[in-house]
Amino acid sequence: MNTVSRRKFITAGLAATAGISGVAVAASMAKRYGLVPPDSGGIYGPGETLTYAAQRLLTKHSLAREFPRSMISKVPFANELAPFNDAFKRHQANGFADWRLSVNGMVAQPTSFSLPDLKSLRSRSQITEVVCEEGWSYVAEWIGTPLAEVLNASGMSPQARYVVYFSIEPDWWESIDMADALHPQTLLTYAMNDGDLPVGFGGPLRLRVPRQLGYKSVKFITRLTVTDSLKGFGKGLGSAAPEGGYSWYAGI
Amino acid sequence: MLSDVSIVPTLRHSAPARHAAFVRVTHWITTICFFALLVSGTEIVISHPRFYWGETGNDLTSPLFKIPIPASRNFVPTGYGYVLPDQNGWSRYLHFEAAWAAVLTGLVYAIWGVWTGHFRSNLFPAPADRTWRALLGVIAKHIRFRRPNEAEAFSYNALQRASYLAVIFVLFPLMIWTGLALSPAFNSAFPIAVNVLGGRQSARTLHFLVTSVLLLFLIVHVAMVILAGFTIRMRAMITGTMITRTTINGTSDVSQRAGEERT
Repeated sequence: MNTVSRRKFITAGLAATAGISGVAVAASMAKRYGLVPPDSGGIYGPGETLTYAAQRLLTKHSLAREFPRSMISKVPFANELAPFNDAFKRHQANGFADWRLSVNGMVAQPTSFSLPDLKSLRSRSQITEVVCEEGWSYVAEWIGTPLAEVLNASGMSPQARYVVYFSIEPDWWESIDMADALHPQTLLTYAMNDGDLPVGFGGPLRLRVPRQLGYKSVKFITRLTVTDSLKGFGKGLGSAAPEGGYSWYAGI
Repeated sequence: MLSDVSIVPTLRHSAPARHAAFVRVTHWITTICFFALLVSGTEIVISHPRFYWGETGNDLTSPLFKIPIPASRNFVPTGYGYVLPDQNGWSRYLHFEAAWAAVLTGLVYAIWGVWTGHFRSNLFPAPADRTWRALLGVIAKHIRFRRPNEAEAFSYNALQRASYLAVIFVLFPLMIWTGLALSPAFNSAFPIAVNVLGGRQSARTLHFLVTSVLLLFLIVHVAMVILAGFTIRMRAMITGTMITRTTINGTSDVSQRAGEERT
């Protein structure tokens, strides 16, 4: 009895030590390879980190599913929007002729793009699904400029790790890592289903991130900031979503 | 049924083992995870209590079925004149953290179960029970609400084994699969996971339906524990030992057999 419990005790001790050091090694590796999300603190941190790290290892270059034209939803659904602010209303009255996207932060030259500027860059069209965290979804064709094109045209620094993007509406901003920012399907979208992007769906300019839930696809984009750290933005949790209780990484 | 608490300490060392420590620990971790997933999952469903079949579905398309409850979003046509508070933030965080804990626990349990022969000796039906006649006999016994005799209390009968196997090897894997098929990033790497289910909304509906089956299992499971002797069964799943009349009388065929079955 005694020898058995001693052996058990030693085995359990070794297993616990191995387990704890394994977790510590994994945590430092994760940090080094950028596998820790900005909202990794608190009681839900371990789950968020596991999700983000696992998906970055599995899905770094994978493409979101694209659908045949026949699967485009006849009745796409757009979430209700808060009343527009005055700045947006002025642009809307003007037919968005003066809408500009400014790019700053870790770029060689802070640049500002008009909608015709963006349309003159390489465009991409794709039929992907918008997936809301609530559960509903629809498929539409999205046409726009890959975010990577705009970043390259602005001379993005190789040290950059995140792109933070802002809506013209206050307190509506998100950020994505470089795996999603440079992903070929991440589009600065200006058209939908062969027409201009309707205001209800984020027109005149929406950043579509099809490998993440709908709330990462912020509407009415006016500014991009390229950075190597999210600490200086808002409460330092990465975006407005965690400040409102939602996770920063929404690939699930 | 004997459940006098005062006799427990003296029996600590002589009472035969019913459940291995590994089974007890993973059982209760899974229980905690299941409740966390159930509560958070229910909160998430409340934001859109409509279910569809196929790839897409939203408030403008007709649902396969809907749950007649108010929603936490004002544009969902529920027929109720009010909206519940939005609880999706913490619900989603909790849902995925509990899912990780459940999956990792399940993985360790599965490896341990194969390694120690737990599945083979305790869960796969004993050779004599692998007939329809044996299974029907057990079902008939259940229908008559006959309590298990003491020999049976130390092992699982065929019906129990079949339902536990179904939960462990069919329903849990289905939950994980249909859950992963709801992740847009996972689907980008493994599109087949969602495509063979018939699309995203089908995966969501199946995720809900398998949850309902698991909930039904939970209700029956707890009901059976109560019918078979709540105190004795709970003590067995917590401390690992089974206190029965035979145990108190000393060694008997039953406790001998149980001792041999110990894993």
